[in-house]
Amino acid sequence: MDKKNVKGFLEFVYDFYKSMKAHEITLVYEGEITHQITKAFTSLTESNMAKEEESNTVQKKVFHVMVECLQNISKHADSFGSDDFLFAGRGIFMVSKADVEYHVTTGNVIENSKIDELTKILDHINTLDKEGLKDLYKTQMREGRLSEKGGAGLGFIDIARKTGRKLNYHFLPIDEETHFFILTSTISRNE
Amino acid sequence: METIKIMGTDDTPTVILDAENDIFEISGRSLPEDVTAFYDPILNWLDEYATSPNPKTIFTFKLVYFNTASSKLLLDILMKFEEMHENGQDVLIKWYYPEDDEDMQEAGEEYADIVDVPFEQVSYTLN
Repeated sequence: MDKKNVKGFLEFVYDFYKSMKAHEITLVYEGEITHQITKAFTSLTESNMAKEEESNTVQKKVFHVMVECLQNISKHADSFGSDDFLFAGRGIFMVSKADVEYHVTTGNVIENSKIDELTKILDHINTLDKEGLKDLYKTQMREGRLSEKGGAGLGFIDIARKTGRKLNYHFLPIDEETHFFILTSTISRNE
Repeated sequence: METIKIMGTDDTPTVILDAENDIFEISGRSLPEDVTAFYDPILNWLDEYATSPNPKTIFTFKLVYFNTASSKLLLDILMKFEEMHENGQDVLIKWYYPEDDEDMQEAGEEYADIVDVPFEQVSYTLN
């Protein structure tokens, strides 16, 4: 890097740092989500929460939501701009902590052909109340099958149940074939 | 029958299936990398056990965490006991939950709703 580039890069690092602080992000990762990564992130967040004496209930909810979000990416994220299988199962994962709540955010590439079905599932979950979610979970557990990748179709339902909130999601267009799927889950700290 | 003894780790539960000493237990955390690979030997063991079970079988669940993929496999275990119960065998499920863990208690209630098998909920205090 020449002098000008070095300066540009340093500014980027500092801006990135400031922007993480501004958004109260405590963990951010982009890349492949493996089982090892899932274990590392959950245990890191667990020990941070324990240090801050977060209540057991909140710790457990955050743990549940993190695991399901991470597994969603590892099992369902599509590849970006290439048919190369190696690029699937990747995404961005963030945890942020505000005064009253935690946010767990995931972002990953999804093929356009899958959007309708995913939207249908998420919107259906969002129409249900506590009892409805419980019934859906039971039905899905009984009648659903484990996919080849070990998914049980229960993750989103579990996130909705554990957070007690609607699933907050968006699709941003990338190119003609894909969108970027963003899901933000919020866990209240006052429980 | 051969005994299964799996020591728990931070992502897999402790499993003891010991017909000779009447110990049937699964405890700890369950989020294995490959749920099917982890639970298949357990389900197979139960299939074999069901062909000539002890006069009474008490199966203990004492989990502190399980992910959604595991929840499906836990149901598969319970369904083995439902089958044994239907065949007139004497079985009892004991579902332990930490006393302050409503979610784990509720999970037990849900399983008890789904499967037709004698089911007992037991709360305990952590340390």
